[in-house]
Amino acid sequence: MIAATHAHTHETAQPVEHEHVALPQLRHHFETEEQQREAATFGMWLFLLTEIMFFGGLFFSYLLYRNWYYDAFVVASNQLSVPLGGINTAVLITSGFFMALGVWAAEVKKKGLLVLFLILTILFGCVFIGIKADEYHEKWEKHHIPGDHFDVAEFVNPHAYGLNEKPLPPDAANRTQIFFSLYFLMTGLHALHMLIGLGILFWLLWRAHRGDFSAGYVAPIENFALYWHFVDIVWLFLFPLLYLINRHPGA
Amino acid sequence: MSATSSTIVNLPDQRTATLPKRSYLNNEDGLLSWLLTGDHKRIAILYLISITFFFFIGGAFAGLIRLELLTPQPDLVASDTYNKFFSMHGIIMVFLFLVPSVPATLGNFLMPIMIGAKDLAFPKVNLLSWYLYWIGGLFTLAALVLGGVDTGWTFTTPLSTHYLNTHVITAALGIFIIGFSSIFTGLNFIVTIHRMRAPGMTWFRLPLFVWSNYAASLLMVLGTPVLAITLVLVALERTIGIGVFDPTKGGDPLLFQHLFWFYSHPAVYIMILPGMGVISEVISTFSRKRVFGYTAVAFSSVAIALFGFFVWAHHMFIMGVSNYSALVFSLLTMLVAVPSAIKIFNWAFTLQKGSITFETPMLYAFGFMGLFTIGGMTGVFLGALGMDIHLTETYFIVAHFHFVMVGGMLMAFLSGVHFWWPKMTGRMYPESLSKLAAVTTFIGFNLTFLPQFILGYLGMPRRYHAYPPEFQVLNVLSTAGATVLGVGYMLPLLYLGWSLKYGAIAGNNPWQATGLEWQIQSPPLTENFIEVPVIDYEAYDYEWLAQKMEQEVTTVG
Repeated sequence: MIAATHAHTHETAQPVEHEHVALPQLRHHFETEEQQREAATFGMWLFLLTEIMFFGGLFFSYLLYRNWYYDAFVVASNQLSVPLGGINTAVLITSGFFMALGVWAAEVKKKGLLVLFLILTILFGCVFIGIKADEYHEKWEKHHIPGDHFDVAEFVNPHAYGLNEKPLPPDAANRTQIFFSLYFLMTGLHALHMLIGLGILFWLLWRAHRGDFSAGYVAPIENFALYWHFVDIVWLFLFPLLYLINRHPGA
Repeated sequence: MSATSSTIVNLPDQRTATLPKRSYLNNEDGLLSWLLTGDHKRIAILYLISITFFFFIGGAFAGLIRLELLTPQPDLVASDTYNKFFSMHGIIMVFLFLVPSVPATLGNFLMPIMIGAKDLAFPKVNLLSWYLYWIGGLFTLAALVLGGVDTGWTFTTPLSTHYLNTHVITAALGIFIIGFSSIFTGLNFIVTIHRMRAPGMTWFRLPLFVWSNYAASLLMVLGTPVLAITLVLVALERTIGIGVFDPTKGGDPLLFQHLFWFYSHPAVYIMILPGMGVISEVISTFSRKRVFGYTAVAFSSVAIALFGFFVWAHHMFIMGVSNYSALVFSLLTMLVAVPSAIKIFNWAFTLQKGSITFETPMLYAFGFMGLFTIGGMTGVFLGALGMDIHLTETYFIVAHFHFVMVGGMLMAFLSGVHFWWPKMTGRMYPESLSKLAAVTTFIGFNLTFLPQFILGYLGMPRRYHAYPPEFQVLNVLSTAGATVLGVGYMLPLLYLGWSLKYGAIAGNNPWQATGLEWQIQSPPLTENFIEVPVIDYEAYDYEWLAQKMEQEVTTVG
């Protein structure tokens, strides 16, 4: 490092402060590292704002149809497994916790810890996806996936399936399809964000292992953590809206 | 008119003048150096070529539409082919030309220079946005080549989801992808304006072009994702039948329209705001005065962006929205006229007692002011509930939005392209030929679209390829006007191309304008500035410029 600094000084023939060595990651069009870091973080926040609007269209549809077809939404929502959803919420928060620790590890330049925390983040992310896949599979078997094969039998005649629900008239039962459409769209879009995030995490892990973030350059870790927490927060809204419509005490 | 008696054009001595040895154009050579560039100026040029390409495709469809409407009988094409014509015209012109027109070309080129930065904050994202634009464009072209799409540019459900077997999904996917290109442009602009301004470049020293692009960027960042998710829903409704927009399953087609117009009304302001920025620069330069009411003009851009998000349902007055919400949306719609009028009045006051000269960009700007005023005022007609019921879905509405989009934005775009052409290429365009083009465009435009106001008022519906014979005279006028308009658009393509090699050397500041972009060489260096500029003067300060030029002369002497 000292040799590199020396060579740099020699080349430009300018006095370089001993305290401050420019990071190799400083792009030419930024004046300072601080400017570059602030720009990147600000860009990420704006990107998350577009993500909010992206999910926003679905949340708005949910709001509309939940008000219109409350009965169907209640019955359909009861089909979702609260234990699995609850476990997944805990899993996701844990994953986010390790991500936050990862940012800390990068900031204090502890490479080994950063790699460990990234691995744990990935691990819990994968567990979430696994549980989600299991839930999807169950819906597939019960023909609760919207489309041509959607089956309303369980909602028209719940007692035949051993369910303690109020039977719905056929047209109301058909409205459960709207619930499942929104369920798959919202959780599917969320899971897609998780998968993209996991892809980026593997890349960050590789870079962290290579030592890219061991010298004070932490912007990618920091900004990815913002994204990862955003995905967590989306789930924190999805879970009560989809799983807990009618699970209040006494229901 | 004393157009020829005075001019502010100040060119270097042509016998000795040369283009700068080193500039962004020749900094690196080869096709790859362009296709992999991070330089905002080169990406702007790539965008300029691309949108011109799509503009002429969209224009060809406009020509075909006008040709069919020359006679009352449906004799050129079948009705569903005609539907495909106007759908492709709308989709290409809106998403592939108007939305990226000024921001992605002139904005990309100038915004970093105007604020004293070396580049946009994220050069790679900027390049990515151009590639996304092309991927989306190729999807749209694929939909076109495979047999077209006939939903209209609005993809209205249940028509688009249940009744058509054209290439709706291909086109929707294309627009989905182009949407991300526009999001990335907007995101890049906002971060750059917040974080990359040169020392001393405070918010209220920014040129108004930057303000208006900032406002448009806000709309791109907040509105476009909603369009994206809506198109995803349309595609899934079409393929799987998820029921969200399907009444037989309990879905509501009106929900589609709410979501679609939540983007597509703000999109109208994405299309016009950057153009207004161009007009502010041009009006100031050619009347040698600071823009009157700078702060009001700056904030009116933001106000238009803000109000723009709360008026979308005025597209749906006859679609069965409740009377009460129609009333509220009608009032809010009229509110948008206020900041628009603030701009027009302030430009008019800028002209007052200014030393006005009539160079080509100024002619286009005058065209903009007149035509946009008509377009905006007729928008107030349409915002009034009673009038709207009579006028909506007629040629009145077609004429209205063409006055805003073509008479407004396209005029502003051409004004800006002429104004900054010497900066982008280092060469001047031919002055008299370009004035001819500006006048031709203005005449052709009015001939095309003024008759359509009357046609619409008389009740001719839009989107039909046949009409009662008594409407023929006005339709012939309109088609004749479209021909003139076509000539008006072909001319710049030809002479601007010619000027690349044979145009006069422009020098740094042919217009003696105050903007930061005029204080550097033309065409600029890749890094824009040799040293970081320090700003200690207000925008449009012509006294500062006069002093600076005096000093330069004395230094040389």
